Amino acid sequence: MAKSRDLCRRIDRSDGFATLTLDLFSGSPNPNPCSYSRSAKRVRVSCVSPAAAAAEENRSNPFDSLSEEVLFLILDRLESDPLDKKSFSLVCRSFYAAESRHRRALTPLRSGLLPAALARYPSVSRLDLSLCPSVTDAALASVGGALRSSLRSIDLSRSRGFSYAGIESVAVNCAALVEINLSNATDLSDAAAAAIGRARNLEKLWLARCKMVTDMGIGCIAVGCQKLRLLCLKWCLGISDLGVGLVAVKCKQLRSLDLSFVPITEKCLPAVLQLPHLEDLALVGCLSIDDEGLMSVKQESKSLQVLDMSNCQHVNHAGFSSLLSKTPGLREISLAYYCKVTHSLASSLQKLYNLQSIKLDGCEVTTSGLKTMANSCRSLGELSLSKCSGVTDEGLSFFVTKHKGLVKLDVTCCRNITDLSLASITSSCTSLTNLSMESCILVSREGFRLIGQHCHLLEELDLTDNDLDDEGLRAISGCHNLSVLKIGICLKISDEGLIHVAKGCPNLQELDLYRSVGITDIGVMAIARGCPLLQIINLSYCTEVTDYSLRSLSKCSNLNTLEIRGCQVSSSGLAVVAVGCRKLTKLDIKKCYFVDDAGMLLLARFSQNLRQINLSYCSVTDVGLLALASVSCLQNMTILHSGGLTSNGLAAVLVACGGLTKVKLHSSFKPLIPKPILEHVEARGCLFQWRDKPFQVELEPSEVWKQQSQEMHV
Amino acid sequence: MFKASAKMDFKLRRPLEASSNASSSMMSEISRNLKPGLPFIPCDSTNICYGARQEQSFSEFPPPQVTQCHGLYAREQKTETKNQLEPSSAVNDLVMDWNPRLMLSNLSFLEQKIHQVQDIVRSIISQEGRANELAAQQQLVTADLTYIIIQLISTAGTLLPNIKNALLSATPVAQTGVVANLPVNASQKHHEVLSVELAKASEYDELIKDLNSGGEGDELIKCLNNSVAEVSESIPIEDHDIKDYDDGMDGENLPPGSYEVLQLEKEEILAPHTHFCLICGKGFKRDANLRMHMRGHGDEYKTAAALAKPSKVASSEPAIIRRYSCPFVGCKRNKEHKKFQPLKTILCVKNHYKRSHCDKSYTCSRCKTKKFSVIADLKTHEKHCGRDKWICSCGTTFSRKDKLFGHVALFQGHTPAIPMDDAKVSGMSDHVQVGETTNGMVANMGYNFSGNASDDAQSLDIKDVDDGQGYFSPMNFDACNFGGLDEFPRSAYDVSESPFSFLSTGTCSFIPRNGEN
Repeated sequence: MAKSRDLCRRIDRSDGFATLTLDLFSGSPNPNPCSYSRSAKRVRVSCVSPAAAAAEENRSNPFDSLSEEVLFLILDRLESDPLDKKSFSLVCRSFYAAESRHRRALTPLRSGLLPAALARYPSVSRLDLSLCPSVTDAALASVGGALRSSLRSIDLSRSRGFSYAGIESVAVNCAALVEINLSNATDLSDAAAAAIGRARNLEKLWLARCKMVTDMGIGCIAVGCQKLRLLCLKWCLGISDLGVGLVAVKCKQLRSLDLSFVPITEKCLPAVLQLPHLEDLALVGCLSIDDEGLMSVKQESKSLQVLDMSNCQHVNHAGFSSLLSKTPGLREISLAYYCKVTHSLASSLQKLYNLQSIKLDGCEVTTSGLKTMANSCRSLGELSLSKCSGVTDEGLSFFVTKHKGLVKLDVTCCRNITDLSLASITSSCTSLTNLSMESCILVSREGFRLIGQHCHLLEELDLTDNDLDDEGLRAISGCHNLSVLKIGICLKISDEGLIHVAKGCPNLQELDLYRSVGITDIGVMAIARGCPLLQIINLSYCTEVTDYSLRSLSKCSNLNTLEIRGCQVSSSGLAVVAVGCRKLTKLDIKKCYFVDDAGMLLLARFSQNLRQINLSYCSVTDVGLLALASVSCLQNMTILHSGGLTSNGLAAVLVACGGLTKVKLHSSFKPLIPKPILEHVEARGCLFQWRDKPFQVELEPSEVWKQQSQEMHV
Repeated sequence: MFKASAKMDFKLRRPLEASSNASSSMMSEISRNLKPGLPFIPCDSTNICYGARQEQSFSEFPPPQVTQCHGLYAREQKTETKNQLEPSSAVNDLVMDWNPRLMLSNLSFLEQKIHQVQDIVRSIISQEGRANELAAQQQLVTADLTYIIIQLISTAGTLLPNIKNALLSATPVAQTGVVANLPVNASQKHHEVLSVELAKASEYDELIKDLNSGGEGDELIKCLNNSVAEVSESIPIEDHDIKDYDDGMDGENLPPGSYEVLQLEKEEILAPHTHFCLICGKGFKRDANLRMHMRGHGDEYKTAAALAKPSKVASSEPAIIRRYSCPFVGCKRNKEHKKFQPLKTILCVKNHYKRSHCDKSYTCSRCKTKKFSVIADLKTHEKHCGRDKWICSCGTTFSRKDKLFGHVALFQGHTPAIPMDDAKVSGMSDHVQVGETTNGMVANMGYNFSGNASDDAQSLDIKDVDDGQGYFSPMNFDACNFGGLDEFPRSAYDVSESPFSFLSTGTCSFIPRNGEN
């Protein structure tokens, strides 16, 4: 036992713990990190894993001596990667048991696995069923029976096939349940809501798009779940003022309330604002709320911190100012697609001492409005002017000089700003971490130089569709903390700039090079070498990219999303990626004409985590597709214009792929696939999208495409 | 004929009689002799007209006030005159099949009975001041007098169809005899006794219980004077009512004292019939029905004039605002209540009393749960029953969603109930909840109660009264209890239809007793 404790201490100290666990998985018990005393009683171990087999051979199992406490500590360190836990549990029986007891979160791939999973993991508190397209009442009943005391959270937002009965069995049996996500359950009615109402301890509830739920249902929830802290009723079109009013009366603990797109009027607002702890209120797209209504609301809310009134088209500054005067504690305001941000509106922000974030996406912003806003607000941390028309250098410069603490700035599609703004931004806001300036086409090399020079803390930078060249990219590589870099449609950049990025930004996790056609294998190889943490890369329509790039990217073991549409890659390159990047979940190889069945076979063999694939225009036949069907995680498939595909093969794939949720197929297949099969697959929870796109052989020349997009901008 | 009309008057005027009698206990003999005498002559003439030339008489039909004020004496005299006149008429029409001997024995029996009552009243006078005994004796007197009245009516009923021809010719004589008789009677009897006795005689007497405690002589004189004046000016009472109604529209912000307060007793309020056939004594709810019924008693009731509604005549007299008090002590509608809110009309009184202080004896045949004390409420409910789709877990149903949500918001543990076909399971659970929240149930019942009263207020009895008129939608009486409307326009159609309207108009000349004492 003492040694166990010693191990604990070592584990606590150990930074390179991953190596230790890898040693454990390697199969040969390594006595080096700790020395194990041979256990007196030999426990027979019969595990499938090589580790167990090795232990059997040695007629001893040193792992058995590890206490559960120690194993749990190890497991605590393995949260980052689900695959590690899987390996861990395969070591031996005691590890397996420890992992079973330790696991708190479960995300089954399909509901068929649920009984086994529930039997194995008795203490699961979070059950995420979002990967199970079809969850029956029986399955939910078994959940309710198995996780009686432990279940705290269940996510059914992507599932169908259950009714109020299933919900009720969970709500009634799991007394500790505090979170239910029932979003998108469009067929659930008030009965289901009444069933939810029986979960007395519920604190968080998402009902987005539950369009059949009416006031009666929400009334049951309001009365039953009085501990609710978060309630999302987005798009619940059946709910009116009465229901919301009752929620506000009954659920006094509410912190967060999302009423977006609910047909409410101002009548329920007094009750809502009266909620003593309300912090977050979303009223996006509440078209029945107008100026007069808002002005008639007299109730104050001291606790409100976040207000989202985007898309409220009938609210003008008069109503909004009136509301703001009653919510002095606001920290964040979102007014996306609000009519016009003028002086009068901006001045109404003056009383909001705590305001930190303003989102004005898609608004018409005047220079004077921006200036007034700069003067009215204390110190903003976040400003979003995405797609705002009327943003000028003058206004933006004035604003940033007043708010030097800006951390996030979004000036997407503010096409009028130039290097002048960039100069002000970079000189004032040195603590900027997020900067989005897609399509700021007037910004030149000088602007990018300033970014690289001053904004060393930048983590996310979006320069899509900018006039960026290698020089600019070199400057930007000075932002060493960059983790997300989007430089799609930057036609002037080449490998040279990318090599600078690879050298300067070792933490890069996401790189978007969509249609940046100057990139070749050399640049990608540099990135693959320089940015080992890379998770997402988009090389679509970088037509110079070949298998060499894929070979180098196979070294990025964290890669989970690879988009290589229209690249000159073949099956062999894909195979290398499949072997190297075991975490690959999304793969887009549309118009990779040289990818054939061989690539599919290897992909199926190695990329067992693949969830989404686009195979359009590939040279894949029934054979390759059938092989792919063995990937049990596969959920989303798009197969248009794959020449070698027959209807029978497709039917076989559809039946074999048990976990499919969405399949996009050419509509010519629809009459060819037997209807019972389609119905069967649909019954399993799969959605078919039939497309009738014409076959496009030619690759669009990027220059032509660029020209088109420019014309659209003008 | 005289008898018929006189009796009719008598019936209709009883409440007024009673009240005026009661209040006249302190009246001087002079006033008694004079005042009744004066108004009586026009009264008689109208009575004749009523029977014979109705169309003309209706146009100038004297205000019920007048008839009521005198009605007391008319009846009083009638009781006496019957004793004297009827034997003679019996002699006239020996051919007829009624038995004069039986009649005589009836009458003598009645006489005995009246003497008994007289004795009781005398004893009351002698032992004045002992309130407890007084009350008991008053009860006794009431019972006796009621009996006498019934006997009288039935006796007269046997007589009338047979002697109508004789009566037609004899009427003027009888009338004069009556007139002459009255003072004689009055002087013969102990006036106070008689008045009290007559007050008790009425089925409706108790409404004046608090008025008849005495000391109202002056007021009575006043009111009699008023009524005389009114008669001479031939002001129809309906006009008061209409103005009253108009005033009522302004809401109930009348300052205390600016209106008269009347209080009917519960027996009156609950009386099933308000119109009685003077011949056979059958009761009717509506004057129209009575008129239809009267056709069976002879051809003279079949004339267009006899069948027509009494009409009203315009008046220039300023209205006297009149409000009503609920006899239930402690009720907010009772005048003793600190925040007294008067009821606007008799109908309001009736409906209020039934709804608030009576058992709900009408159960909906469909849902078997909802109960009502006013039958019209039941009928209204039955129209909507089953369509109440807004249901609470406690079983209360609502016709409006906002009412349900108000209810749920108010009571802890109550939940909107999802219909059973929608969710059997959750429905079951709701029943469980009902069990859990029994405490809330009680409160809820109260809520339901009041909700009822307000929701169903539109279904007042008034519908029954004036159906066929097509003028009043029931909705007009929607908020009777809340001071919005009253039923007085009705009197435009049925002048003498309801004893209540008589009462109201008759007692209008009363100033509330606080003036006297």
